[in-house]
Amino acid sequence: MLKKRIIFLALLAIAVILVYMFTLMGTRPDYVLPRRAIKVAAMVLIACSVGYSSVVFQTITNNRILTPSIMGFESVYILFQSFIVFLYGDASFQVIHSHNNFILSVVLMLGFALILYFTMFRKENINVYFLLLVGLILGSIFGSMTSFMQMIIDPNEFSVIQKSLFASFNNVNTELLGISAITLVISLIVGSRLLHNLDVLALGKEHAINLGVNYQRLVRISLLLIAVQVSISTALVGPITFLGILIANLSYEFIPSYKHKYTILGASLMGVLLIIGGQFIVEHLFNMGTTISILINFVGGLYFIILLLKSRKI
Amino acid sequence: MSLNKDILRTFLFVLLFAVLVVASLTIGVKQISWLSFKNWENSEVSVILISRIPRTIALILAGVGLSISGLIMQQISLNKFVSPTTAGTLDAAKLGVLISMILLPGAASSYQMGFAFLFTIIASIIFMQMLQRIQHRSLIYIPLLGIMFGNVLAAIGTFFAYKYDIVQNMETWMIGDFSKILKGNYELIYISLPIVVLTYLYANKLTTLGLGKDMAKSLGINYNLIVLVGLLCVSLTVSSVMITAGFIPFLGLIVPNIVSLFYGDNLKRSLPRTALLGAILLLFCDIISRLIIYPYEVPIGLTIGIIGGITFLVFIRKRMRYA
Repeated sequence: MLKKRIIFLALLAIAVILVYMFTLMGTRPDYVLPRRAIKVAAMVLIACSVGYSSVVFQTITNNRILTPSIMGFESVYILFQSFIVFLYGDASFQVIHSHNNFILSVVLMLGFALILYFTMFRKENINVYFLLLVGLILGSIFGSMTSFMQMIIDPNEFSVIQKSLFASFNNVNTELLGISAITLVISLIVGSRLLHNLDVLALGKEHAINLGVNYQRLVRISLLLIAVQVSISTALVGPITFLGILIANLSYEFIPSYKHKYTILGASLMGVLLIIGGQFIVEHLFNMGTTISILINFVGGLYFIILLLKSRKI
Repeated sequence: MSLNKDILRTFLFVLLFAVLVVASLTIGVKQISWLSFKNWENSEVSVILISRIPRTIALILAGVGLSISGLIMQQISLNKFVSPTTAGTLDAAKLGVLISMILLPGAASSYQMGFAFLFTIIASIIFMQMLQRIQHRSLIYIPLLGIMFGNVLAAIGTFFAYKYDIVQNMETWMIGDFSKILKGNYELIYISLPIVVLTYLYANKLTTLGLGKDMAKSLGINYNLIVLVGLLCVSLTVSSVMITAGFIPFLGLIVPNIVSLFYGDNLKRSLPRTALLGAILLLFCDIISRLIIYPYEVPIGLTIGIIGGITFLVFIRKRMRYA
């Protein structure tokens, strides 16, 4: 049953990719196709990283409304990027696209994940709403700090820097495609060995510890992997705050299973469907008059409010 | 003894305020020397009259207006963490300005303010309606809902801004910034003055709102009317600040919280202090913003976004410990 559903999702995802790739090509397929291929590759990478990181994060925090991006992970990544440009000084425009910046940012993100682990997750019984509010406020503080730093880097070219620094869906950072694919594969291989433990953790923290799961170690490694994966998606297309919450919950609805193998796969496939389908709509229906991030933030934000209202009734 | 302490504290606050006002008038690219007051050149006089005085007045009024708005919203919603920042009010005002830019490009700022006001009042009413439907009002839960509401409004705004290619205006012009204030373009902010007076007159009634809807009603208060008046006041103030200075987060949230920490929740007592502290905090942040990359300026929206955000985090931790 579950497997059938997964296969169905996978076929649907492939169909969407094919439709996106090969329809409405205009008069110059040789120009259009390679560009679309790059975009599809980037979007699949993002779907996988957001799918994995969101589902795992929800398991270790034991709820359905927190995701790494809502907790401010993406804005931290952007802050680190700006900080690195700030340290390098004026020759910033080349630096930002190079691999060095990506690797440095990932290292800093790992540090951030450890700090988060030691300050938040070691304590007993964290209140989800508390965590959520703290995360949102942190995200907004980091956002202000990022602009602040960009302002200091060059007050005259403030908006230019702001625009050129960051990737978006229409401006995929293609230089990082290779390195982020490699990073993602490595992190998924490491992550796949945790899946069984995560299945047990889904029973609840106390049960998991009773059953012999090394809880602290599991949370620590998961947070580190999540940090890496958030870095990948943010480096490629910038922040997409509400994607994770959408695809994780869609996956739980469509694939009701406690096995992370299935839910993570489901979330990633949902991600592919949503992003590539959305991108198709943006390009052909809206004539590029909007971006997929804006649509996702709108739909995801509304969905989030519904989740919040629902969670209170229970 | 506590009375003396209270007077001393108030005196210190007023003194601090005065110092900051003088500093705000003094600091800037053009040097102003108060010692040679009698032989000021024309240029110095006009810098003070055209730029520095309007800027300082705007700062004071915005600080007072936003903090009092926060206080009113907290009384209405019975939640210490509700404020223009955490109820989507600022985002609604921003959306209003944006829509007016699209529909009436080049319109006078009073029109823009009309739009901002319209959107804020609608958003406030929607938010309060949402609150009515929720039974369990935990301290943390309501601001979460409000922030999300703001995010959705912001997404709608970005959608239109992107479509009409004015994202740049949205992102950079609307960050709170007092550096563009000159004589002749800031006067709309005086709208917040009568509102402060009105709040004073209504202070007793607003305090009864703090007892809850049923209690207030049984005391013979026309609950819905008072709430509506309160929301109108807040919306007018927030939109006038949005037009003159831009997006100034967290101020309306943290100032009433700081004051209530020291003076409790009696509005007659806390109102003047909230107003004064709001002005002090905004003047202080503005001076920092002016000095940090002198002779350039950092927009005050960023400075207060960092300082205010951190302060708010401290408050969340504090309140959670007792909750």
